[in-house]
Amino acid sequence: MADAYAPADARAAVEAFLAANQATSLLRFITCGSVDDGKSTLIGRLLYDAKLLFEDQVEALEDGGLDFASLVDGLSAEREQGITIDVAYRYFATDKRKFIVADAPGHEQYTRNMATGASTADAAVILVDARKGVLNQTRRHSYIAALLGIREVVLVVNKMDLVFNDQAVFNLIAAEYRAVADKLGIGAVQAIPAAALHGDNVSRKSAAMPWYDGPTLIEQLERIPVRTADAAAEPFRMAVQWVNRAGQDFRGYAGTISSGCVRPGDTVRILPGEARCVVDRIVTADGDLDEAVAGQAVTLTFTEEVGCARGDVIAAASQPPSVADRLDAMLVWMAGEPLVPGRAYWLKIGTQLVSASVARVVDLVDMATLEPRHGEALHLNDIGRCELVLDRPVVALPYAESRDFGGFILIDRASNGTVAAGMVQALPDSAGEPAAEHGHGRILWLSGAPDERIAFARRYQQRMQARGRPTVVLDEEGLQVGLNSDLSGPHAEPERQRRIRELARMMSEAGLVVLVATDMPADERHGTSVDVSKGDLPDD
Amino acid sequence: MTAPTLTHLDALEAEAIHIMREVVAECERPVMLYSCGKDSSVMLHLAKKAFFPARPPFPLLHVDTTWKFRAMYALRDKVAAESGMELIVHRNPEAEAQGINPFDHGSRHTDAWKTEGLKQALDQHGFDAAFGGARRDEEKSRAKERILSFRSASHRWDPRTQRPELWNLYNARKATGETIRVFPLSNWTELDVWQYIYREGIEIVPLYLAAPRPTVERDGIIVMVDDERFPLRNGEQVIERTVRFRTMGCYPLTGATESNARTLPEVIAEMLTATTSERQGRAIDHDQPASMERKKAEGYF
Repeated sequence: MADAYAPADARAAVEAFLAANQATSLLRFITCGSVDDGKSTLIGRLLYDAKLLFEDQVEALEDGGLDFASLVDGLSAEREQGITIDVAYRYFATDKRKFIVADAPGHEQYTRNMATGASTADAAVILVDARKGVLNQTRRHSYIAALLGIREVVLVVNKMDLVFNDQAVFNLIAAEYRAVADKLGIGAVQAIPAAALHGDNVSRKSAAMPWYDGPTLIEQLERIPVRTADAAAEPFRMAVQWVNRAGQDFRGYAGTISSGCVRPGDTVRILPGEARCVVDRIVTADGDLDEAVAGQAVTLTFTEEVGCARGDVIAAASQPPSVADRLDAMLVWMAGEPLVPGRAYWLKIGTQLVSASVARVVDLVDMATLEPRHGEALHLNDIGRCELVLDRPVVALPYAESRDFGGFILIDRASNGTVAAGMVQALPDSAGEPAAEHGHGRILWLSGAPDERIAFARRYQQRMQARGRPTVVLDEEGLQVGLNSDLSGPHAEPERQRRIRELARMMSEAGLVVLVATDMPADERHGTSVDVSKGDLPDD
Repeated sequence: MTAPTLTHLDALEAEAIHIMREVVAECERPVMLYSCGKDSSVMLHLAKKAFFPARPPFPLLHVDTTWKFRAMYALRDKVAAESGMELIVHRNPEAEAQGINPFDHGSRHTDAWKTEGLKQALDQHGFDAAFGGARRDEEKSRAKERILSFRSASHRWDPRTQRPELWNLYNARKATGETIRVFPLSNWTELDVWQYIYREGIEIVPLYLAAPRPTVERDGIIVMVDDERFPLRNGEQVIERTVRFRTMGCYPLTGATESNARTLPEVIAEMLTATTSERQGRAIDHDQPASMERKKAEGYF
């Protein structure tokens, strides 16, 4: 890179470089393997070849030549205790791409650290020692990578020089690994024979292995597809982070687009509710956009006022995501204190924060065999399948379809620590079941303070809708605007009650759940009465 | 139709905006640390984008040491006025009373003005989240720091109790008295910062560009004589050198680089061929092994 910039034409060359470099994409990957496999050496080699290690940084490491272990073990707290606490992030670039490397240590904490590193990664680089081949550790790493949704793996068979660069050894390991990957559903595997210490097949072709005609590690990393490119083809979805109230008339909804694209004029739905509206503008500081795609942070406005707040999801009305208050999920437990089934935790998914508890641990994953085993609680670094119950419905999708709406964290309510990462596997009781399956409608007559009635009705409505049961709320304000706007005088009250009773009956007969949140004498109610101040929730 | 793939700068920009919006939505009283350096300039630019057309809903805080370059103060006041945001300047009153300075007090200078000053300002104003421009590529201990980094009520950082950060889900819940340092530029490199400044036309302190400046060479480092408070040692002579700065701190502690890069593209060209990391110009990091980690544990940003 350096040689291209002679001082005389520095400016022109740099401008050309910057123009070209602005078009580079960003790939995030995770490296898995233990220090013994030469992982530190490999990362050091990548940084070194990309000229990302500077003289003063190398000086600090120089005792062991090209031994980068002290670079990888960054904290003195770690060095004192001889452990590796955490995922470290490293950065390098080639002419084609920028890379963010999540380097997860391969010791006891590997499950928690690997899951963290893999959660944002597009790809995994899995190292094996050519002398040892595919180990249990390799299978575990691959399992976690697959669980976190990584579908692109580069298998680096390292230390090839120590097996005399023997093609047969490499072929055997590559074939064995491919079987592992197939079983885990990892779609793409590129196996590369390498000797990181000497740089063979890392950034330059190895002269010692002329039989290998595949890409070098860098070449492979440069051509792996990045996730946002796929996401742009999916239906539009964006979690609302923040409502922008710039001035009296401006209401903008700020968020990062998870998938798909949006244009002014598109009809969208605000979930978990039912409201629909039309996108008016896509506002950015660089001017309004005609179109915005997955990965962009934008602010949307609508053509009319609509209830929309942080936690809501704006989605293409034609393909709304599912809404659920029960989740079937894989949990990776990350805290020293074990999971207590039934205890309330905070669950954060997208920008939604709800109270949730684990109703049942279905089974745990035995990390030695990767087979399910019985268990009733999860401890640090356990992975298990669980059923969760939420106190209100959220927008959720299977993790395989959406990392943004399928990945969640659990937060301990006392310590505020992040105790688990979850991946939605399925949505039991999920929306989308036809209403007919639930049969007839019903009427619920609500009593209690007016404000509480309305709040209860909205909450209950969301919950029923989440189960695919169309629900309507009859409240005083809504009725007064239309149906009862002509009523006045001494006979108004009996007539008002008659109309509401009839309306509720017709709607329930049509299969709707009707929540009557307006004043009604007890003897005029035909159906279930609910006192909202007692907080009792009718069963479904 | 094929949708455009985001470039790496677009992706980094979107990530930083996402982080800022999450913190503003979840914290009660955020503040943005503004030091007038290049990273601060980028961060402020991103904040304007994140909350446009509204003004960023937090004030700027400059923890001043009274020993910054004069050009930094000038830019600070100009930029703050243009942004329409409130600018809070905090100077540790004890350090001011004792006349703590980099010439007589060594590492106490940074501890008193910056570390103590920052804690005082956060406590005094009740800020519960502070945006800072630190990047993970700057220094070893930063590589493992979270984007949301928690501090105890006494402002201490404990690397052993860091929360795992998965996907783009940031857990900003905290106990009373705890505060969060937020690093939206965590995943940016020095080169990304320069490229972004170039692409977006962000105004930076002119000291980043080479010009003839009055300097002395002291302990192997070239420092600029920015005002009359600089005491010359026996035999030292002020010499005009063409220099620029890669990082910006207190002027007597910031090493200059001899350079002819008078424009942004030339600076970037030099960067591409650089053989030393940017923090080498900072005397503070070289005090003792793991000095940055120690300073961070004590509350330094």
